[in-house]
Amino acid sequence: MHVRTILASAAAALATAVLACVAASAIAAPDRPDPVADAKAFQNFFAKKFPKVKYEDFVNGPYSMNEDLHRQWEEKEQFPPYEFALEAGKEMFATPFKNGKTYADCFPNKGIGIRQNYPTFDEKEGKVITLELALNRCREANGEAPYSYVKDEMAALTAYMAFTSRGNKMDIKIPNDPRALAAYENGKRYFYTRRGQLNFSCATCHVQSPGERIRAEILAPALGIMNAMPIYRSEWSSMGTTSRRFMTCNSQTRAVPLEPQSDEYRDVEYFLSYVANGLPISGPGARP
Amino acid sequence: MSMIRTRGIALVQSGNWFPGKTVLKSNIRNLVLATVLLMAGAWPALAASEADYKAAFAAAEAAQKQADGLRNKWTTTEAQLAAAKKAAGAGDFDAATTAAREAEALAKASIFQATSEKERWKDMEIR
Repeated sequence: MHVRTILASAAAALATAVLACVAASAIAAPDRPDPVADAKAFQNFFAKKFPKVKYEDFVNGPYSMNEDLHRQWEEKEQFPPYEFALEAGKEMFATPFKNGKTYADCFPNKGIGIRQNYPTFDEKEGKVITLELALNRCREANGEAPYSYVKDEMAALTAYMAFTSRGNKMDIKIPNDPRALAAYENGKRYFYTRRGQLNFSCATCHVQSPGERIRAEILAPALGIMNAMPIYRSEWSSMGTTSRRFMTCNSQTRAVPLEPQSDEYRDVEYFLSYVANGLPISGPGARP
Repeated sequence: MSMIRTRGIALVQSGNWFPGKTVLKSNIRNLVLATVLLMAGAWPALAASEADYKAAFAAAEAAQKQADGLRNKWTTTEAQLAAAKKAAGAGDFDAATTAAREAEALAKASIFQATSEKERWKDMEIR
């Protein structure tokens, strides 16, 4: 009888513990980062919000939002404003450094057709490496001064590298490394966090209001927004890198931009690129 | 609550209104109080000194430093800090102090934003 009581008590305690664990995991589940589920939800959200937009067209930003704009984009592509940057980038890419090496020596597949793999997570360093950062590291490793992250040379180089990758599907990997997951999560947090005196997050414009006007601009959907980088913006009358785009977005909300290639910018690029996995690279792009 | 109009000044009294000596006294007291307040408001403000400016600027800078630590500085705070410095440089400590106080208020708002967004960003997340 006594043994029975003990066994019954032990079974009850075990059952309670199991139930507690199940309940705890159920409560904790929504906060556990799940990039695969995030990407699926992100893509479904835009597909549902814009059922008339051909899925691959999201990479064309505001030009995907209605037929008129799409026609404008088609006409623009006949004499694209980024063409000069593209030619300059091609020449720069092939020109050897003082030590005789070239950019091709720094990248897999000699730097051709690899845009879809950036940003990448460097497990040695434990950080996200963007294409812009990799290009400057290549320069520095070969005894050259780094380029400005927001000016023409960097835009020209990334324009050429994107062009050689056009049509390739975005393919960002998150390795099985808690630091990679943390970087992804940090990027996601940055994307949804409101900042600046106008109290805007990236999502305020690019999730809640794509296709709408904000003053003269038509807002692009967040889905595939990285696939078109770098871009020629008519508003800037010049090319702009991803760094430039993030910084001007911050300024427009009256937030002081962070330094180019800060962890936050690298991580948000990682997040936005990951959730666009499967969409084709369309860069360099042109925007109003 | 009832409202009494005395020479164009609206005074609000609590409780029921009963005509009589108490009400009259109360009306006079309110009228005096309102006049004093109006006079105080109309009196020209004392000019700010350099010390006022320095104290206001230090407070604004401290708040902005905290906002920087939260990675959430606002351009408008920077602009007010610059305006304060410029006005102080020109010897206009009134304008400098006003701008510095505005900068402090903006910096504090940016701190509040960064703090409240620590968890609130999740509300916007696509799930």
